[in-house]
Amino acid sequence: MANTNILLVGVGGQGILLASEVMSEVFRRAGLDVKKSEVHGMAQRGGVVSSHVRFGEKVYSPMIEEGDADILLSFELMEALRWEHYLKPDAFVATSNVRMVPPICNSGKIIYPDNTGETLKKVRPEAIILDIENTLKKVGNTKVTNVIMLGVLSTIMEFQETAWLDVVKEAVPPKLIDVNINAFAAGRELLKNKTG
Amino acid sequence: MKTLLSGNEAIARGAYEYGCVFATAYPGTPSTEILENIAKYKEIKSQWGPNEKVAMEVAIGAAMAGARSLCAMKHVGVNVAADPLMSFAFMEVKGGFVLVSADDPGMHSSQNEQDNRNYGKFAKVPVLDPSDSAEAKRFVGKAFEISETFHAPVILRTTTRTSHGKSLVELGEPMERRVSGFEKNFEKLVVLPMNAKKLRVEAEARLRKLEALAEKTDLNFEEKGKGNIGFITSGIAHVHLKEVFPDAPILKIGMPYPLPMEKIRDFVSRFDRVIVVEELDPFIEEQILAAGIHVEGKNLIPGIWELNPEIIRDVLEKENIISAKKRTENPKAEAIPRPPVFCPGCPHLGIFHALKKAKAQIITGDIGCYTLAAIPPFNAMDTCVCMGASIGNAIGIEKATGSGIGIAAVIGDSTFTHSGLTGLVDAIMNNSHITIVISDNSITAMTGGQPDPRTGWDIHLQPNTIIDFEIVARAMGVEHVYPVDPTDMAPTFEVVKRELEADHLSVIISQAPCVLYPKKVKRDKFFTFTDNCTACSMCSRINCQAITRSSELTDKGRNKWQINVDLCTGCGLCIQMCKFDAIRPISRKGE
Repeated sequence: MANTNILLVGVGGQGILLASEVMSEVFRRAGLDVKKSEVHGMAQRGGVVSSHVRFGEKVYSPMIEEGDADILLSFELMEALRWEHYLKPDAFVATSNVRMVPPICNSGKIIYPDNTGETLKKVRPEAIILDIENTLKKVGNTKVTNVIMLGVLSTIMEFQETAWLDVVKEAVPPKLIDVNINAFAAGRELLKNKTG
Repeated sequence: MKTLLSGNEAIARGAYEYGCVFATAYPGTPSTEILENIAKYKEIKSQWGPNEKVAMEVAIGAAMAGARSLCAMKHVGVNVAADPLMSFAFMEVKGGFVLVSADDPGMHSSQNEQDNRNYGKFAKVPVLDPSDSAEAKRFVGKAFEISETFHAPVILRTTTRTSHGKSLVELGEPMERRVSGFEKNFEKLVVLPMNAKKLRVEAEARLRKLEALAEKTDLNFEEKGKGNIGFITSGIAHVHLKEVFPDAPILKIGMPYPLPMEKIRDFVSRFDRVIVVEELDPFIEEQILAAGIHVEGKNLIPGIWELNPEIIRDVLEKENIISAKKRTENPKAEAIPRPPVFCPGCPHLGIFHALKKAKAQIITGDIGCYTLAAIPPFNAMDTCVCMGASIGNAIGIEKATGSGIGIAAVIGDSTFTHSGLTGLVDAIMNNSHITIVISDNSITAMTGGQPDPRTGWDIHLQPNTIIDFEIVARAMGVEHVYPVDPTDMAPTFEVVKRELEADHLSVIISQAPCVLYPKKVKRDKFFTFTDNCTACSMCSRINCQAITRSSELTDKGRNKWQINVDLCTGCGLCIQMCKFDAIRPISRKGE
């Protein structure tokens, strides 16, 4: 069986590293080989963040090759477009509809286009644009995009729902367990509604 | 059971399992998490150093006392620590000594790219180069063993992807920790020329013994494969090569210095062609060529930036070693740039706004979050060389051009205690008239919030004495020392402008806490009362991430401004810029 390559992308501060930690731990507990790679440091300050997660029977390199990602989870709309070229032709693509306009746009010289979603659909028609904006409101916490995305991912993978939830519960602070369980469930619902 | 660990976590685990007694470091990406994780093992004594040189000297002291000792830093940190390293390299090591050098190929978070395996050859000490987290942990034990057997410091060198990449590691039981105690040993511990000359000769003899070790150690091993082309590889390059060519016949080098030259000679003799696959410099390749053995390497594999599977795949395909992989050529879609920016409410915003407004002519800069001021939209930093360089650079510009007026050196608190204090001494010694701005957020922020001499506690959260920069500068003899609060904009601007224009040395201490560390600052947030917003854009001049254009238009059709309340930290800079009462605290929203 070939390895599975998951690429998580977004903006510094969105909790991408926690999401990649959680999924890696789920794969490890399932007895699979796992490697992950990301870059820390300067990029975290509101810049572009990406995390590579690879799992399967035997994984050598922690890095995904361009054109080789099976799954893209994008926490921000523009970031899905930025990393689209990393994907296989039949990749699963799910992105948040949240637009985080970088301060570089304040001068008015660089514009975050209104039709970014359509542009993405043009290059990647099967991309799923998730209404994370409203889901966050429903869940009542603006910081849980990462766990919503894990919920989304869980619906297309063969691991038990409890396998995900066990790790999520261990990974978040005790007082935030309930809101994260809700976020995970909301993520699962999102994709059901989208595809159903 | 196997656990998923980063290379840095694995090195910390290795320190725990292999009897490390003492560890120290100065934070720097990608090395920082090594000491942070070591600190979780209460069996190991650990502490941050003020810079890498001092950290290394302290670690050397612990080794002199017969304790297994580890010192971690980023690649450029070793430059700072090179002085003790080069002398200690010839001295007799008692307790095992491991220097971890975390290199950053590709410069993800560094000012230069350098291959610190070269330090091994330079200092004539062994270098170990792990490929994944399991090796990173095991190599710590190997490094201690070699260090104690051969009485030499050992360099454990990692690169960004081994430091921050995570892979599975089998955990083991910790061994006993011992401290044999300090014993006087004039000939081996005092490098007066009379002793150093003998040690110099011994270092050569030691190197011959290490070469013999290289031939038999399991750090270097052969992986049987298919075909008549062989590969010699080490570090992260090994797993990238295996990824694209799992059946490659490989001589895997875990110790790139000194090399097992006979093993290599034998390996090379069995193949038509041998290619050395290594990241950065042709370090292994040149040693092999110098031994008169023909190999290829950098004629095919790039010598700059980090390697990845694609780069190696391209080379192997071009050389017809592997069959071409079916690829999808995805054209890169157009995405707007998203450069890193200051956090909303960052105190550096206030001081850089004042420096810009006061029309500082030249701003020499330093290493930290505030280096972000060099890029748009601020464009408020003209130089950045290395830790502490801002002050020296400013003095040099002043001396060459004949005036210090309008020249500011901006340096953070951790950087100031790391290497800025001696710069200030130079300014005093040589009658400099520059303006030194210490942008003091009382933490080492860029690397994730490690305590520094301004924080008030150590790595174990034990309280310590806070160094008072105002008293330090005055005690050193600086007459003009002015503490300011950069979130209070008008008085800050007044002091900055006055001191930039004054023909004397001044030290401005711009003090306000980091908004992220030690914990996220929570204050009354602000919102935009759009009825009053005239779209004058003054608030946008502080370059806060939380302030963006809204879709609401003024009568003249200009986009009003809005505050993203989720991002706002309530620093109040924007409210000081607004002349139209369009920005108000959330607590007044109902009014």
